[in-house]
Amino acid sequence: MRSRRLSAAVVAALVLGVWPALAAAHGLAGKRFFPSTLTIDDPFVSDELSLPTFFHIKQPGDSGTPPGQVTSLSGEFSKRIFPDLGLTLAGDWNLLDPASNGKTESGTGNLEMTLKYQFFTSAAHETILSAAFGWEAGGTGRKKIGAESFDVFKPALLFGKGLGDLPDQLAWMKPFAVTGLVEGVLPTRSGNKTFSLNDDGDLDIEIEKNPNVLHWGFAVMYSLPYLQSFVKDVGLPAIIRQLIPIVEIDINNPLDRGFAGKTTGTVNPGIIWAGKYFQLGLEAVVPINERTGKNVGIRGQVHFFIDDIFPNTLGKPLFRW
Amino acid sequence: MAVVLAALLLGAGVASGHAFLDHAEPRVGSTVKAAPAQVRVWFTQDLEPAFSTLEVVSQGGDRVDRGPAKVDSASPALLQVPLKPLGPGTYRVKWRVLSVDTHVTEGDFTFRVTGPP
Repeated sequence: MRSRRLSAAVVAALVLGVWPALAAAHGLAGKRFFPSTLTIDDPFVSDELSLPTFFHIKQPGDSGTPPGQVTSLSGEFSKRIFPDLGLTLAGDWNLLDPASNGKTESGTGNLEMTLKYQFFTSAAHETILSAAFGWEAGGTGRKKIGAESFDVFKPALLFGKGLGDLPDQLAWMKPFAVTGLVEGVLPTRSGNKTFSLNDDGDLDIEIEKNPNVLHWGFAVMYSLPYLQSFVKDVGLPAIIRQLIPIVEIDINNPLDRGFAGKTTGTVNPGIIWAGKYFQLGLEAVVPINERTGKNVGIRGQVHFFIDDIFPNTLGKPLFRW
Repeated sequence: MAVVLAALLLGAGVASGHAFLDHAEPRVGSTVKAAPAQVRVWFTQDLEPAFSTLEVVSQGGDRVDRGPAKVDSASPALLQVPLKPLGPGTYRVKWRVLSVDTHVTEGDFTFRVTGPP
């Protein structure tokens, strides 16, 4: 049976008037609960685990490559070091059928680590701002599935804004929220040289360039839990009122090295079901242009709220100041 | 991963979660003809009575509840407060609660009264 008594330390903290120190948790800004998005990164710092995230898409062939398909399984674990500073470790496993060598290849991608600082939170305006710095560790993944041998740095600014501060005349708009990010994807090597001998026995040098990329995206969501709890109880069944319809936009703009203007991206409409301890998400992956692809893919995710599952151990910051 | 799943599947006592509003009487955003005698709010988690508050204010900002609000001893996820006689108007319910695992949540909603007390 769960004890309903607070620990002595918590009672002492409350008596000393430190209510707000207890409030930090996954994706909350005032009344607003921001779910974890599937495609773009979240603006908040929290203790959470995405495992697995599943992705699959078919890719059309062109003159140089046959049609194929990409499947990946990935995981991401985020841990708060301080209440507003967290570290995320991410990895993935990919199946390419076929890979660039014409064979079916599988293996892990490069490991990635991200430090994120949530430097602004407004409960009244349901706003979160954060800054992050990601590091993709080159050479930690399998080269045959496209893992690069060089490091990539990813500085980013992220935001989240709920519309709960709209006037009451616009009450039905209040459940809307937007999250997003602007990120630089900065490879530490401008190009990869590949050496081979041609039919005449001469040395061929092929240079594959690695452009700097401006990565940006945003998610627009309508929270039925927010509608039910803060705007109007419209009598939705229990399972429906935990749904959050969402559309995520994910864009990559290469900036240089011959790739400028060759934008790729996806539109990802889907739905998230948010429970007490975990959430489930499912999205379609729709390419925005032929350069990105022609087929619609799918992305699904199981996401655990570690701060709710283990509130007194694994789910709290390592340090408080 | 295995530890997390095991904890969830076994309903381990370590898990509890945030206290979000489940439903309320009067209902969130509702219009009622007869003025209610009390406001009752059910949450998704049990509450700590000493640190859970609820108040009701008129459009002019005056308190219209006969607080303090109390957590129901038989149903620890229920927070309730009796009201003064209410005239026609819109009233805002504000709450801030502490769930038994020390997570704080807050929120508010309105209801409208059209008839006399």
